[in-house]
Amino acid sequence: MKEMIRRFTEAYGPSGNELVRDIITEEIKDYADEIRVDALGNLIAIKRPTGNDSGKTIMVDAHMDEIGLVITHIDEKGFLRFTNVGGISPSVTMGQRVIFANGTIGVIGIEVKDVEGPKDIKLEKMFIDIGASSREEARELVEVGDICTYHRPLEMAKDRLIAKAMDDRIGCVAIAQTLKELKETPHTIAFVFAAQEEVGLRGATTAAYQINPDFAIAVDITVTSDTPKGHTMEIDLGKGTAIKIKDRSMITQPKVKDMLIKTAKENNIPYQLEVLEFGGTDAGAINLSRGGVPAGVLSIPCRYAHTPNEMVDLRDVQATIDLLKIVLSQPFEL
Amino acid sequence: MLIQRLSEAFGVSGNEEEVRNLILEEAKPYINHYWIDALGNLIVYKGPKEGKEANLPKIMLAAHMDEIGFMISHIENNGLLRFEKVGGIDDRILPSKEVIVGKEKIPGVIGLKAIHLQKPHERQQVMSSDQLLIDIGARSKEQAEKLVKIGDYATFTPRFSDFGKDLLKGKAFDDRVGCAVLLELLKEDLPVHLYAAFTVQEEIGLRGAGVAAYRINPDYAFTVEGTTCADIPVSEEHNKVTRLGRGPAISFMDRTSIADRDLVRTMIQQAEEHNIPYQWRETTFGGNDAGRIHTTREGIKTASIAVPARYIHSPQSVINVNDFNNTVKLLSYTLTRIGKGGIVK
Amino acid sequence: METKDFLRSLVNADGVSGYEAGIAELIEDVFLEFCDSVERDKLGNLIALKRGEGSNPRPKIMLAAHMDEIGLIVTKIDEDGFLRFTEVGGFDPRTLLAQEVTVHGRRKLPGIIGVKPPHIVSPEESKKATPMNEMFIDIGLPEKEARELVSVGDTITINRRFTEMQNNSAFAKAFDDRAGVAVLHTTMKQLSNLKHKADIFFVATVQEEITLGGAFVSTYGLIPDIGIAIDVGHGNFPGSAEYETIEMGKGPGISMGANIHPYVYKELIATAETHKISHQKEIVPGASGTDAWAMQIVREGVATAVISIPLRYMHTSVETLVLDDIEETGRLLAHFLTRIDVDWMGGLGYVDTEVK
Repeated sequence: MKEMIRRFTEAYGPSGNELVRDIITEEIKDYADEIRVDALGNLIAIKRPTGNDSGKTIMVDAHMDEIGLVITHIDEKGFLRFTNVGGISPSVTMGQRVIFANGTIGVIGIEVKDVEGPKDIKLEKMFIDIGASSREEARELVEVGDICTYHRPLEMAKDRLIAKAMDDRIGCVAIAQTLKELKETPHTIAFVFAAQEEVGLRGATTAAYQINPDFAIAVDITVTSDTPKGHTMEIDLGKGTAIKIKDRSMITQPKVKDMLIKTAKENNIPYQLEVLEFGGTDAGAINLSRGGVPAGVLSIPCRYAHTPNEMVDLRDVQATIDLLKIVLSQPFEL
Repeated sequence: MLIQRLSEAFGVSGNEEEVRNLILEEAKPYINHYWIDALGNLIVYKGPKEGKEANLPKIMLAAHMDEIGFMISHIENNGLLRFEKVGGIDDRILPSKEVIVGKEKIPGVIGLKAIHLQKPHERQQVMSSDQLLIDIGARSKEQAEKLVKIGDYATFTPRFSDFGKDLLKGKAFDDRVGCAVLLELLKEDLPVHLYAAFTVQEEIGLRGAGVAAYRINPDYAFTVEGTTCADIPVSEEHNKVTRLGRGPAISFMDRTSIADRDLVRTMIQQAEEHNIPYQWRETTFGGNDAGRIHTTREGIKTASIAVPARYIHSPQSVINVNDFNNTVKLLSYTLTRIGKGGIVK
Repeated sequence: METKDFLRSLVNADGVSGYEAGIAELIEDVFLEFCDSVERDKLGNLIALKRGEGSNPRPKIMLAAHMDEIGLIVTKIDEDGFLRFTEVGGFDPRTLLAQEVTVHGRRKLPGIIGVKPPHIVSPEESKKATPMNEMFIDIGLPEKEARELVSVGDTITINRRFTEMQNNSAFAKAFDDRAGVAVLHTTMKQLSNLKHKADIFFVATVQEEITLGGAFVSTYGLIPDIGIAIDVGHGNFPGSAEYETIEMGKGPGISMGANIHPYVYKELIATAETHKISHQKEIVPGASGTDAWAMQIVREGVATAVISIPLRYMHTSVETLVLDDIEETGRLLAHFLTRIDVDWMGGLGYVDTEVK
């Protein structure tokens, strides 16, 4: 699984240009009964019931897009102006290396004049230098509208892994691994590697409409409270999968929450409860699709979200897969 | 001139009837079917020469009919009118403008205390819209009430004209210029099932486009806009967004959607093939109807193209006629290409 | 049941957004007295149908009032057993200090939103509103016992009982929008003495305060011809501008603006004038912030309207209204609903025309 995490997180795939799709497809294609890509670029892998039961139609979602920077202007000296794709922190962006779809590497610079302190650090004052010396030279490699992402390899620290784009490639790993390991299921399951979550839950919106599921689970990351003066919540790295109760996009229906907690308890799977005061996940969009879809979220605790150094704990990933596998392999009523 | 009549029509978000009637009359000679829905969207259909059954792609073109403006919220005892803004209007532009109020288009002004009566610090402050009043010359509440009702809409008084070299100025080019582009395209014979959606309530949250897209359920969609243009002295080279005279502006992304890459590629390929100038809309700021359209139903591949317009959301915006013509031309070639050969992948 | 007693039972009960099932139970039997069927959809919206007498196909009218209320939710239990919390829906944090609350844990637990005593508050601090993330709830238990009874994610409501005041007015929490649910009740009651051709769906929606989610999905399921949201509107109060508010005790506010279909608005006003129902006009230049904002853009679009019950001190635990306004709103809606038949629908101005 570590190798899969490496491949998934190191791949390129900002919102709207999720090239990571090909790597995911390669990983799962032997395990799905059907694979398709839709108008927004969602990758949808269907697994049909293994027996004669006709269980529920379940949508399992993790978003494959990552945050990035999009080029808005190329100046005559070959410097690239940019803005954010998804939630980008200017102070985090300073000093980063970035990579484009074609492998072009750039570094982030900032206007030196007028920038005195941290409050002056704004994306508008920054630019990307790809080593080009003119607009023409730059345009051989990059065009306005091209998107780059932070450029970092995966690193390991005992049970903990550090990478860019753990949000939400680690979720993609979790559902891909679940698909691989799921031997039997009474359900029709659509594994959705969703596009464009970071810019407003857009891929999940259209995928949910297509699939019209009876139930959905999204796997995404959540922030933690276990760092010095961390967020006010009860989420620690390494203490299990986090069953979401609330964020800005959704309040989990009690019957869904109870089912997930009960399943975790009965199977001795470590879990935590997540009340997130900001942000949202694809489940929020799926929940309101058509006539309403009961939906839950399993969150993988992740420190330093939306930085190039997102850190997760393998044990939490495993707990998420374990819980997901059990939920998907047996019949249940809501 | 069609653009002039569209620009001068009165159609603040939620009150698009006058614009809708004008567009419908213009479109009728060229179309096969039309619908007006619960929100007031006008959707017109023009089939290909081969007829309704032809196996050709279904294309939605969207332009919004509504403009920013005001709604009368209260009539003061002295006959002055309080108002609320409808859509995004910069408070700085409000003082000393002429407006028209209500169906009867009663003339009025947004007044501001004379500079002689202001304290020095007052002159430094932007007046917020709730501190401003519309004066229609009424002497009392009773007199004003004979002409104006609470809830009436108001807008900037239209003063359309030619301007400088190849330019036009007028109000509401965002997005009557888009409506004009659609009307021009309806006159052509294109090898597609063309659905032109003249949408409502874009300026207050992209309200009309989603339901129109739901009804049409097209294969591909394009929104046609009048968009931000800041090729003006006070903006830096990389903040000009678009420039007048450099052709239609193609979006790659804004706050509400990411343009479909294949549709963008198709437009650029056609522009290059037919020597039509085009430019990027060099920002991701703002949003348009594409935001609602592309997430409708199972997802709809959508892109946005726009005629650059200086000073949008003000009483006088400025466009270049050549940009307008090139937008029509580029869309015409693009739709022809999609109808005959599909999108460029 | 008297509408007032029904309303009392609703606001004295607790049901924060997402946790409305208990409220729905209180509503179900009461609505069944006047309706042909009551069901719940997948998100927990309660949908009661009162069938019309017209021949098929009958117009479908949806009246929506949301049954959820704003509340608080536990984010953390600290080492001394104090609870940290955040909001569900929008509170003014200044109204929270020193409130008695109920924590909906394993059982209902009384709590207090604690506050630093004035003696140790610096003069600067005393002038500054305390942000919610500096507040805590004291349930009087050490951490271990607290954890046995309370879990992260438990909801919290402020304690307040429905209380009548002068001039047939009352205060309570959660009048927003259980007062709207009470309007549904009085509407169906009054309607049962009248004849109506359309099918009327009385919908108590969920999750209005967080996403308008209940309205989105129930409208999708019902596909109504007309959707009317009944919600609360800001009542006039010293310090509030006349043009931003409606008056207490002067009947429902009938909204106009882009979120409201002009024909439905006109017909509501005509109904009020015909039957001498006191009413007020309210302008909504953009988002109405009600279920109608969602209902309007579902599927191919729905003709919507917004009716407001005048209410002071919205989103606090002492929301105040005049009970006559609820009856009057019901009268408006009942008489409005009797006007609707297939011919009437023609006035909505829908067009579907073949040209050549």
